[in-house]
Amino acid sequence: MTKNNLVMELKNFSFTYAGATKPSLKKINLPIEENKITAMIGPSGCGKSTLLRSMNRIHDLYPGNSYEGKINLYRADGSKQNILDLKKENDFIRLRQEVGMIFQKPTPFPMSIFDNVAYGLRLAGIKNRSELEGRVEKALKGAAIWDETKERLGESALGMSGGQQQRLCIARAVALKPRVLLFDEPTSALDPISTGAIEELIAEIKSEVSVVIVTHNMQQASRLSDYTAFMYLGDLAEFDKTEKIFLNPKEKLTEDYITGRFG
Amino acid sequence: MNRLILNKIILLLSTLSAVIGIGFLFWILATLSYKGITSIHWATFTKDLVDGGIRNLLVGQFTMALMATFVAVPVGMMAGIYLREYGHGSKLASIIRNLSDVMMSAPSIVIGVFVYALLVDPFGSYNGWAGAVALAIMMIPIIISTTDNMLALVPTELREAGMALGGSKHKIILQIVVRAAKVGITTGILLSFARIIGETAPLLFTSANNQFFTMDLGDQFPSLTVSIYNLATYPDEASRELAWAASFILTMIVLTINLLGRFVIRNKK
Amino acid sequence: MGGKLFRNFSFFSATLSFFILVGIFAILFHYAQESMHTFGFDFLWTEQWEPGEDDEGGIFGGYIPIVGTLLSTIIAMVIATPLAMGIAIFLTEIASVTVAKPVSIAIELLAAIPSIIYGMWGLFYFAPVVQSIFGGNGVGLLTAGIVLAIMIVPFMAAITRDSMNTTPSVLKESAYAMGATKFEVIKDVIMPYSKGGIIGSIILALGRALGETMAVAFLIGSVMHTVGKVTDPTTSIPVLLANNFAEAEDLEMSSMYFLALILFVVSFIIISSAKFYFLGRKVK
Ligand SMILES: Nc1ncnc2c1ncn2[C@@H]1O[C@H](COP(=O)(O)OP(=O)(O)OP(=O)(O)O)[C@@H](O)[C@H]1O
Ligand SMILES: [Mg+2]
Repeated sequence: MTKNNLVMELKNFSFTYAGATKPSLKKINLPIEENKITAMIGPSGCGKSTLLRSMNRIHDLYPGNSYEGKINLYRADGSKQNILDLKKENDFIRLRQEVGMIFQKPTPFPMSIFDNVAYGLRLAGIKNRSELEGRVEKALKGAAIWDETKERLGESALGMSGGQQQRLCIARAVALKPRVLLFDEPTSALDPISTGAIEELIAEIKSEVSVVIVTHNMQQASRLSDYTAFMYLGDLAEFDKTEKIFLNPKEKLTEDYITGRFG
Repeated sequence: MNRLILNKIILLLSTLSAVIGIGFLFWILATLSYKGITSIHWATFTKDLVDGGIRNLLVGQFTMALMATFVAVPVGMMAGIYLREYGHGSKLASIIRNLSDVMMSAPSIVIGVFVYALLVDPFGSYNGWAGAVALAIMMIPIIISTTDNMLALVPTELREAGMALGGSKHKIILQIVVRAAKVGITTGILLSFARIIGETAPLLFTSANNQFFTMDLGDQFPSLTVSIYNLATYPDEASRELAWAASFILTMIVLTINLLGRFVIRNKK
Repeated sequence: MGGKLFRNFSFFSATLSFFILVGIFAILFHYAQESMHTFGFDFLWTEQWEPGEDDEGGIFGGYIPIVGTLLSTIIAMVIATPLAMGIAIFLTEIASVTVAKPVSIAIELLAAIPSIIYGMWGLFYFAPVVQSIFGGNGVGLLTAGIVLAIMIVPFMAAITRDSMNTTPSVLKESAYAMGATKFEVIKDVIMPYSKGGIIGSIILALGRALGETMAVAFLIGSVMHTVGKVTDPTTSIPVLLANNFAEAEDLEMSSMYFLALILFVVSFIIISSAKFYFLGRKVK
């Protein structure tokens, strides 16, 4: 894999929570390739969410955590930035517009469906009504819920089903045209049908955005992803092409985990 | 980029509000402590109002507040138990719950007027009973609401487990549910006691005040808070000093009981 | 057997608050009859409060204390609401835990201080400050309004803080994850999410300000005087009752009951609407 098709890259990245004595992530080296889906798997508590939340620095909402190493973000214009160097609020805002995030439980804001999707756009300074309408429609179509929502854009988003809400959240994130989208177990609170819809959606959006997804569902990881990272106790135990990890892992630990012998 | 500036301004203003709030607390406590401590003498505690002390006032205020507590705690707890354990979910319980909340916020002076009409006017004289009743009326809804809320925190499984062992309902309530909610209810009682011990308005024309030491509840009854109100407006320096001393002591009592209540809950949970 | 008794006693205790409320209304209504019959609705906009010769008859109107109550409450609310919101925001979204905890306790202690203390402190320490800035003679509507505000701020801030704290942190995180600033998260996520509780706290504080006696009694001036300037002394319903109720007789006494009834009914309406519209839905 060549350097120039990377969108993010973690180098010797370590993370310690405020007040903790030991780091939760130890010297992680992980490349994230552009327009590919990278899955993160591993037993509970191994640090998947911690890693994901470092990649848009959402950790910084809470004081006292410490980082070491580098997380490079490669911008579309070819420039490179270590996001751990960011200090100013403005830079954080820009980072989060470039690196979006979807959570385990759907998080519709207490406002209408339209306003939910338009929210990030408005924050980004788009005021023009017709442009907003156009981009909201495009995002909702992109997230495959346009048909279900076009008649009720003015209604509260809280009245939708869980699966619809999750797709709305994806639409909301996609509307900002981020370079990377981080998913933290996006389907673990959903029924099988909604899960299928979300998986389909993720597979579709990868032509426009690079995806990192944390999942406990081995089938999901193998179906969906191009690369898989297996984490164990704060270490990146193995990282490779998904087929490689699932068919022919290097590490015994990885094999034991994906065959369900522990975890 | 002006949304960042707006953000800064709002956060600054919020912080400033907190500084103002804390500032007032310190200002009030500082002046109160200074004026209070410099006005307190040994005689303040040993003499009665007539001789320039507050001994009878402290005894009178505590007597009325304690009597109110002895009535309000069982009544309020039983009412809370009804709302949560017997009537829960019924229309009647929800009406009573709302009325009790309304009563909790009723103007205290109006309660004074009500008790005056009921227990002072017919007997032709202010009396300690009336003061205690007025305070009890203020306290009951607070106890109801704490009991109700604390019982709501007790998991249903605990009640079901008790039932499964064949306990009768009132025994389960008393021996399991109320016991599980004990800490929270105790805190509620302490906090509401701290609240009523500092009340003035409901006592103004129920117990009124008495310069002399008395334990006769049928008579005008000494009140610390009513005395503060009277003394503060007298022109002479000695009366004002006594008012400051009394205010300081009252505030210390209220804040101590209040902190004690919080301490109880912190230690147990 | 014991179970039945226990249940009946608890039922009786629960209905007691109903009877007390009805009792308060009935008693006030009964004793206000004489004044209601004599003055009718004119009572509300009559400015005189003049006992007749030898305590016979006289003209009594509630206009001045009613307006005084309303104005002091409005001043208090205008000052207290933004301050309380600011404090709640500071406690939930700005301060670190090590700062928020002691500040929270301090705010709650401020709420626990008896109102008579606010009144006395206000009279001796705050009134001179108001006088030197705004003129007048220290006591008056403005001083009463400001001290009333100081008194209700902690109460309002504490309830607002509690309801803002119920906003799930993932909801906030997902707004931050879209590039929102802290203020935008507060405005677009936290405030809408906890709207009910916040409005409820404002209305409860309003009820408190309306019925507050002692803090205002020291500071409003306690004179039957229609306000022209904001620094003018005047009176309010609770203050008039506190100072004059016990000495009043006959028609004047009945007019006092009438005022108490008005105050009671108004706060009843305000508090029950707060409960009903904003806080009631959360009752489990
Ligand atoms: N806020 C925090 N403060 C301190 N330690 C934390 C915090 N959050 C998580 N940890 C610790 O960091 C480690 C990694 O947690 P993390 O949530 O990243 O695991 P995870 O792999 O996402 O697990 P799961 O699959 O259960 O979501 C755990 O040991 C956890 O106890
Ligand atoms: Mg996780």
